[in-house]
Amino acid sequence: MWEYTDKVKDHFLNPRNVGTIEDADGVGEVGSLACGDALTLYIKVDGKGIITDAKFQTFGCASAIASSSALTELLIGKPLEEAEKLTNKDIAEYLGGLPREKMHCSVMGQEALEQAIKNMRGEAPSKAEHSHEGELICECFGIFDEEILRAIKENDLQTVEDVTHFTKAGGGCGKCIDDLERLLAEAHGGTVCKTPSARPAFPAEGMTNIQRMHLIESVIDTDIRPKLQADGGNIQLVDIDRNSVLVKFMGMCSGCPSSQATLQNLVEATLKEKVDPELQVREG
Amino acid sequence: MKTIYLDNNATTQVDPVVFETMQPFFTELYGNPSSMHRFGGQVGAKLKEARASVAAILGCEPSEIIFTSCGSESDNTAIRSALNAQPDKRHIITSAVEHPAVLSFCKFLEKKEGYDVTYLGTDEYGRLNLEEYEAAFRPDTAIVSIMWANNETGNIYPIGKMAQTAKQNGVFFHTDAVQAVGKVPIDLKSVPVDMLSLSGHKLHAPKGVGALFVRKKLPFRPLLIGGHQEGSRRAGTENTTGIIALGKACELALAHMDEENTEVRRLRDKLETGLLNAIPDSILNGDRDNRLPNTSNISFGYVEGEAILLMMDQLGIAASSGSACTSGSLEPSHVLRAMGVPFTFAHGSIRFSLSRFNTEEEVDFVIETLPAIIKNLRKLSPFSAEKSAPACTKSFSE
Repeated sequence: MWEYTDKVKDHFLNPRNVGTIEDADGVGEVGSLACGDALTLYIKVDGKGIITDAKFQTFGCASAIASSSALTELLIGKPLEEAEKLTNKDIAEYLGGLPREKMHCSVMGQEALEQAIKNMRGEAPSKAEHSHEGELICECFGIFDEEILRAIKENDLQTVEDVTHFTKAGGGCGKCIDDLERLLAEAHGGTVCKTPSARPAFPAEGMTNIQRMHLIESVIDTDIRPKLQADGGNIQLVDIDRNSVLVKFMGMCSGCPSSQATLQNLVEATLKEKVDPELQVREG
Repeated sequence: MKTIYLDNNATTQVDPVVFETMQPFFTELYGNPSSMHRFGGQVGAKLKEARASVAAILGCEPSEIIFTSCGSESDNTAIRSALNAQPDKRHIITSAVEHPAVLSFCKFLEKKEGYDVTYLGTDEYGRLNLEEYEAAFRPDTAIVSIMWANNETGNIYPIGKMAQTAKQNGVFFHTDAVQAVGKVPIDLKSVPVDMLSLSGHKLHAPKGVGALFVRKKLPFRPLLIGGHQEGSRRAGTENTTGIIALGKACELALAHMDEENTEVRRLRDKLETGLLNAIPDSILNGDRDNRLPNTSNISFGYVEGEAILLMMDQLGIAASSGSACTSGSLEPSHVLRAMGVPFTFAHGSIRFSLSRFNTEEEVDFVIETLPAIIKNLRKLSPFSAEKSAPACTKSFSE
């Protein structure tokens, strides 16, 4: 069992400021079901630039819920320019500390806040979109070098394990461990990262894995499912593992003699076109 | 606050009768069973009795039992022995849903020692594909290691049939039966398994004792080399108190086998049906028709497992979760992943595992209180059935 402080337990069992703000000035959505934690943050700001209200909805573990609750407490009543300076460390400190393995929950809070402020200023949609220009390091959780370098520098991370605790990078298949070691060396040695590429060659290029998952879900919802539903069928996204997408047919599509053709000609073809030409779709 | 313990696949309460049986061997009868004097010899005689009791629950000969420290040691010993006995064979067959005692060891052998490993996949109910299994054999296959019953879902695998196939291919067959022993009948006279692992603390003996069945005349290479204990098959002074406890626990498990399959199953079914009926968007993970009588793995959609567990803990209910956040691995259970359980549900899985010490009142309490916990957590969540892609729960819950 994780060792949580009394304050973490209190904010988990009695979370403050749960819910939505209908006329929010800024909304920040980060994480996803696939990743195991997600946070939607709503903020309301008055004419003097003071955050008058903040609410949240969180899917995740005790520390994710407590971090979200703490974040709203830290935000309410604070001038926007001060709120912008809040970091994950502030959230963790407010809670009396988090287990090191759970520090990524506080990072999620910081990211949601940044997204909400960008959204308020009209600089970004509510959901984190694909503004990354760096190198994708962790394919399992869609973490880019820039996020990792920032976490290393801001939190003085020393080991790959630290990086995983703070960013989730390296917490899946482990293939990126060598890259994480390289980034640690770069961050501590001052080596410059690779220059980002110019224009994306396909829609999902440059996206984090989470963003890519969102895009796949979105394409299925808007471009694929309605076509299947028109014929009495349906589809469910089961899993995404790098370029492999696992789906399940339902309704009339389940057991349909043409399901293989539907899988290739509609589902895979659409996802290749609208997400990534390397995607392979199979039925599970 | 009373604890309602529903985590018996993790460990079990030591049966009071078992505890009483082992106690004198800490204080009065502490001789070394290998000693020549009578003081040690009387302990040796008790070990012999315990060996017979363990053999009885498996339907094998006492000489085919090697006492170990745990199920993991038994698993590692079995696989390592098969590989060392056949150095020209470099291939292993196992499944993607094994316990880490087998899975992590196979991955280690693959990465560090260059063995080839075939990991059999499962269908959505966690069932293995026997055609895929039959096709996996190669001339250089050294051993098959497939668990008798899965620790997370309780699924029981067709070990008799799979062992027979291995035999026809001239390949050793090992089964990790840690979850099965004491819960379902096992008769190694009729099942051609070559090696079988069991663990004491899963059947009401204490932690720190296990056993490995090795069929007579099977080439065997010890893992621990030193003294001549266990017929030179496992060096190290025996954990006498643990072994005596294991012997008594096996006797009791045999005596309670019917109860396990009637009363424990009835309580498990009541709990399972009660929760699935009371909580929308909940699914059963596993093979409904072919499971251990004590295990139920239920996923609650749109909520996360650790949060559920901690809320349950506030009420004194102890269970397990396959969610990433309880393991520190950041990815949900490898078993549920192998089964293709959708993310919507995989993160919110809870394993309830009962024992003969659970009561009807405890089950009723969980059925009464858990729906409110799930409801409260869903209020917190940005996801819901309406917001997310429609989930096909039917195939998992039927």
